Amino acid sequence: MNQPAEPLRAATLEPEDHDTLAHLAGAADESPVGKHLTPETRGRITIPHVELAPPTKGPDRFFSGLTVTTGVVIVAMIAAIAIFLVASAVGPLSRNQVNFLTSTRWDISDQNLAFGIAALLWTTVLSSIVAMVIAVPVAMGVALLITHYAPSRVGRVVGFLVDLLAAVPSIVYGLWGARVFAPWLKPFGDWLSDTLGFIPLFERGVTSAGTVFAASLVLAIMILPIITAISRDVFDQTPRDHIEAAWALGATKWEMIRIAVIPYGRSGSIAAAMLGLGRALGETIAVMLILSTVPGFSWSLFSGGQTFASLIARGAPEFDSPTKAGAYIAAGLVLFVLTFAVNGVARAVAAGGKKG
Amino acid sequence: MILTRFAKVAAIAAIGTLSLAACGGTTTTSTDSASSAASSAASSASSTETSASASQSAGGTELTCPAGKINGGGSSAQDIAMQALTKEYNSLCSANGSEVIYTKSGSGQGIKDFYNKQLQWAGSDSALKTEPKDGVVETEKVKARCGGNEGWNLPMIVGPVAFAYNLDGVDKLTVTPAIVADIYAGKITTWNDKALAAANPGVTLPAEKIAPFFRADESGTSENVTKYLKAAAPKNFTAETSKTFPAKVGEGKQGTQGVADAIKSTKGGFGYVEWKYAQDAQLGVSSVDNGSGAVELTAENAGKAMESAKIVGTGNDLALKLKYDGTPAGVYPMVMVTYEIVCSAGLDQAQGALMKDFLTYMTTPEAVTTLQSAGYAPLPEAVATKVSTAIQALK
Repeated sequence: MNQPAEPLRAATLEPEDHDTLAHLAGAADESPVGKHLTPETRGRITIPHVELAPPTKGPDRFFSGLTVTTGVVIVAMIAAIAIFLVASAVGPLSRNQVNFLTSTRWDISDQNLAFGIAALLWTTVLSSIVAMVIAVPVAMGVALLITHYAPSRVGRVVGFLVDLLAAVPSIVYGLWGARVFAPWLKPFGDWLSDTLGFIPLFERGVTSAGTVFAASLVLAIMILPIITAISRDVFDQTPRDHIEAAWALGATKWEMIRIAVIPYGRSGSIAAAMLGLGRALGETIAVMLILSTVPGFSWSLFSGGQTFASLIARGAPEFDSPTKAGAYIAAGLVLFVLTFAVNGVARAVAAGGKKG
Repeated sequence: MILTRFAKVAAIAAIGTLSLAACGGTTTTSTDSASSAASSAASSASSTETSASASQSAGGTELTCPAGKINGGGSSAQDIAMQALTKEYNSLCSANGSEVIYTKSGSGQGIKDFYNKQLQWAGSDSALKTEPKDGVVETEKVKARCGGNEGWNLPMIVGPVAFAYNLDGVDKLTVTPAIVADIYAGKITTWNDKALAAANPGVTLPAEKIAPFFRADESGTSENVTKYLKAAAPKNFTAETSKTFPAKVGEGKQGTQGVADAIKSTKGGFGYVEWKYAQDAQLGVSSVDNGSGAVELTAENAGKAMESAKIVGTGNDLALKLKYDGTPAGVYPMVMVTYEIVCSAGLDQAQGALMKDFLTYMTTPEAVTTLQSAGYAPLPEAVATKVSTAIQALK
């Protein structure tokens, strides 16, 4: 696979060249030539012409100042959130009677503070991973269908419909999931746990429809639009040259997609999947409404449980003491770190993909 | 039903203001429809704005409808009641621009917002605590908020809690507190268990599994149910009372609605929900045998539970302690009393007047009818009189 891709990779430099030129041309915005740039004229702008506009003009300075400010504000906000979480969590954590990271208990009554996040971490990660396993392939398929298989008009309609999924508020997903989808899914879930119940992951857990499995499927539907939309945009931007080159090598449609579209869109679609994962990890209301809580802990997909977000949301109306709130915030801190780690991994994977 | 009630109230309001309309020289001839009556009442009231205050009457009790706005909040158990009551009060007093708002936020939060002066009163599932918790004594905090005056706990809304079930072909079921405790402890797992059969002579119970449900979120309902079980079945219920239900088996669901939905969609489902939700979801509602025979859940039977309650507050502070065990025959024991927590004095004058007027409205027959159709039980005469006395003593 690497052999035929090699010559194509040299061509990836080209769009970047265009970008550089467009950027330089943008700096010369006030020049009559720079005002109405078309792809044709863009290429003709010469470097000396750009140098006529000194880079230290007022608007330029203003803009760079603006970008620096926004950047600093964002970083400061993240830092402030982290400081708030840590500061509120330290007190209850120091009084915690069990190991915060390995305990599955969640007892936050005043006299007897014993809380751990192991069960939460498991349910959160399990539901998100199952959601990803279902959503990512479907989203990639839909994105490729829209960009390369369907006639452009049909593609636009399908794309619009998928985007529409993103406009549904999560409480609606929650109500629909809890009242319609999960009960409908139950016979299938029961069949799965009857057939594969000897594996702890598939063991029969709860009687109602509020299983981790049902929550994961609803999460999959919820993260589908974001992954699809971004992957679609990325696949759509595959340079014409790459595609033509693949055709010229005698590739079939699938081979063309494999050697031109997918390598080009790889880092973009990984980023899309990670955004989806971020949403799945942090989804609150829908999970809270669908998922049953259970006494004790279970490994099973067909049992209930709590995710970080659903636990915090359930507790939020009764935060009547700082200790109690602090315990929940400590759990929030773990979710914060988890999301951070997921993002870091995603970046590393995406960067790795670029280098080949 | 709501419409006709509204019509009644509006008609009373209209009659109340007709005399004023006559003073103002406006001739109102037709009151045949509720809306025209209401709108003419409003317009006539506004046309007589020069008169000192356009008072409204509801069930013989004169409301003064002072202008202004007060905010209350807290307990979500009384939210449905308060939404209905504030809506009716606000429309009754719309001519004067009186506005009363209730926002649910949880009892603890409501009390906190009250003593931090964000609210003018708090709705709570439990009376103010006199012992320190997290270094805060609620009664002290409230005293400071009310300018050195005491805060009073007024028990005004009584919500029965139903033990609801979903069993085909069983339309009458009786449980005892011990059975309920054992179901949640995992000791009784099927509907034809010996204990259940003994409590239900003559009823054929299926061999189905019991699917117990409870509240996943912290709630005053869970707290009251645990208090009840601990008092009425101490041998079977060994956990501590708690806002988080200490079940050993079963599933937690979000909110009363979540529990009711789960019972409805699960064969063999069982759980505790506020009565109104059980009625709305058309669930089976168990009678409770507290030792002196099975008692059906009716508004009247639930109201009686208040009669045997002991007042632990002093003077006009009416903090109650419900009697959960050994209740006399005909009393439905599983009720939850929620309080309005108010300053006995110390609000600014306009707000104080509006507070007093709204609480007065809550004791009128109209308001009681509203409460009953929202699934709450009426206060028994003895308690209602004490509450009225306290309200009249508010400054």
